[in-house]
Parts: sequence; structure tokens; C-alpha cells
Amino acid sequence: MTYGETPSQTVGPYFAYGLTPGQYGYDFSDIANHIVAGPDAKGEHIRIIGQVLDGEGMPVSDAMIEIWQADHEGVYRTEPVSIENAGFRGLGRCGTGTDAQNRFVFETIKPGCVVDATAPFINVTVFMRGMLVHAFTRLYFDDEAAANARCPVLQSVPADRRDTLIAKRADTATGPEYCFDIHMQGNRETVFFDV
Amino acid sequence: MSGFKPRDWSSHAPYIAPDYKSTILRGPTKPLMSLSGGISEASGPVFARAAVRDLDWDLTRNGRVNGEPIGERIVVHGKVMDGDGRPVPHTLIEVWQANAAGRYVHKVDQHDAPLDPNFRGSGRCMSDENGNYVFYTIKPGAYPWGNHFNAWRPNHIHLSLFGPGFATRLVTQMYFPGDPLLALDPIFLGTPDEAARNRLISKFSIDKTEEGFALGYQFDIVLRGRLATPMED
Ligand SMILES: [Fe+2]
Repeated sequence: MTYGETPSQTVGPYFAYGLTPGQYGYDFSDIANHIVAGPDAKGEHIRIIGQVLDGEGMPVSDAMIEIWQADHEGVYRTEPVSIENAGFRGLGRCGTGTDAQNRFVFETIKPGCVVDATAPFINVTVFMRGMLVHAFTRLYFDDEAAANARCPVLQSVPADRRDTLIAKRADTATGPEYCFDIHMQGNRETVFFDV
Repeated sequence: MSGFKPRDWSSHAPYIAPDYKSTILRGPTKPLMSLSGGISEASGPVFARAAVRDLDWDLTRNGRVNGEPIGERIVVHGKVMDGDGRPVPHTLIEVWQANAAGRYVHKVDQHDAPLDPNFRGSGRCMSDENGNYVFYTIKPGAYPWGNHFNAWRPNHIHLSLFGPGFATRLVTQMYFPGDPLLALDPIFLGTPDEAARNRLISKFSIDKTEEGFALGYQFDIVLRGRLATPMED
């Protein structure tokens, strides 16, 4: 006996007091937040910042981004995820409704390369009102050019769209920052994957 | 760790579903690139039982300030399984919804219906070793939205599940049987296949109904299954 999948439905505009209550100031505990790796995590601590842009290039103010990544050695966490953990958590969640420019911001570490890949990357999931099914993409790093050139996934993407998957590094007074804007549509439409 | 079967797109909505207007500028327009399942898609976050705190699974009690929330108490039971009917154990289920009057606690909800000081409308629970879950809540009300003239969302509860891997992530909505607004709702109708979208409608259950306390509904959730490996029989 086989069973059909339960259809996906939009997260809608009102997810915040259920999914990201701490960030939006609701009185409910969080299971994940924008801190993917606490201060005790090994590895290079970085910040990831970006906007979600709609088909008219306007920032989306009610999107939620989740990231899931390997640790500094390229290993995915198999122990439970907890926001009480001051080390590596692996899962991050951030809404775009609390920043004046509707950015998402994650505090994390640069992941190591996982065993079946050739370049480090972060798994990114995009949810928002107006999307009935969430979208998957990947964040690669622009300071890994040699590894990126060997990555079969990146190389399978048309050359003129590859850039949409590569975050741009800037070294700031508060540490390294990678910019990763997600374009839902348009000539810079981000590459999304059928995961 | 084996990978997961590909998403069955016949069970899901397209990214652009024009009757649901905000999809028009927000859904990806280019074909998805395939990604043959590796460990990145097969791995995913797991949560300890402790992630679900005392009253998280009881929305009739977790937002109380000075009394009981208003509305019809319900209890939702369900089983999380994969497409082969195998239970999905110990998976976190997050829920959020409007109150009985159709109003969300969310600050940007401007619907002119009363907030209930004793109802927040969010909670979470976890499936047990057999994939079964349960939570208590108040039946949510319908609410208007700006999609088209006289647009009203049918009664629904939002649910978010992780499942065993990054690839099995699911955010969905549970509806109620017999709701006349279902036939008019572009979000529900966004799933073109009738049999698929009917899986979003919970079933009333007199067996799960609690005498003198709460009406029972059953809502089973089917996530993607694992790929069979040659070693499996
Ligand atoms: Fe809703």
C-alpha cells in the first residue's frame, strides 16, 4: 500500500508567533533562531546577510529562511538541535520582518566540505506567503573559487546563472560577512533545486 | 543513510498559481535544477523530547492569562508516515492558527475581529515511536484576506514538520470537513489534483472525541519515502 504525499501549503503571512517567536517578540520559546553556531563552535565565525527579492525587485518582508549546514569539519549534526547549545547547532531560522531593510542575518561558521562534495556549501530553504511549496537552494562561497570550479553541482548549473549561488565575502570590523541575496524571479533569478 | 524518493509534484501546487495572486511575483519561474540525493539532503535536524515543553501541545492552556480561551475545543490526532506507510517517529510538529474569531495574534493582522487574551494560537508536539501525534486547541475561525473581493480563508491550522531529512521538510495546512469555503479558496485549490488536495482535509472522529470536553479530528500526514536500496526486501 502506498500513500500520496500531503501537499505543501504556504507558510502564510502570520508564521512568526509560531516559528520565529523570539525574533519577533512573542512570548513563546524558539526551537531555532538566527544563531547557527554559538560562540563556542569551532571554525571560522562568519555572518550571512541577504534579502529575498520578488519579481519587481522589491524586498520581501514576510519570508522565512532556514539554513542547515555541516560543521567546520564537514559533518552534519546528528545530535538534537537546541538553542541552549553555545556551540555548533547546524540549523538556523530567520524571518525577514524585523530588519529595517528586510534582511535575514545568520551568525554561523564556515562549513567544511562534506564527504560527497568538493566545495563547502550551506543548504537554504525559502518559505513565504505567495509560495505554496518552499524552495531549496544552496549557498556557496566566493573565496572557494578552486573548489567551486570542481563542484559537479555548480558545474551542472548554466554558467550565466552560477553566480546566483555564490555568496560574496566582505571583511568588516565585526568579522567576515557573506552577502547572499535570493532573487525569486527576473534575469538574476536564483537557481532553485528539486531536492 | 539512504536518500529520499523524488518529490511527487502531482501532489503539490505549481509555484505560480495565478488565482492566488501573490504567487505571481514570488514563485520561481525557471525550471528547478535536479540534485541527485546526497548526504546533504538525507541529513536533517533532530530534536530532543525536551524541545516540546509542558503545555506546548495544548493551545487551550498555553496562552492563558486570566481564564479559558473562547471557542470550540478540539483535539487533533494524526499519524506521520512516509509514502510506504512507515511511521515517521520523533519528528517535531509546529502548529499555529487564528483564534475562534478568525484573528491571529500576529501584529500585522488587521482583521477587525477580537483577540482572545487567553489564546496565543501557537504550539508544538512530537510524533511518538509509532508516528502518532496529538494536540489540543480551539477550532480556528475563517478570516478575510485581500486576494480578491470577498475572499475568506476556510478554517485551517498551519503545520510545519521536519521529517527524517532536509528533503522531507513540509509546511502545510489542515482543513475541516464540510467547509463551504474550501471550494472557493485559491490556496487550497492551488493543488490542482483533487485527490491530493483532499488529503489536506481532516476527518471528524467520534472515537477521538472526548466525552464532555472536545471534538476529535484525525489528520494523517504523509512525507516522502526513502529510496529502496538493493539490500532491502
Ligand atoms: Fe492562516
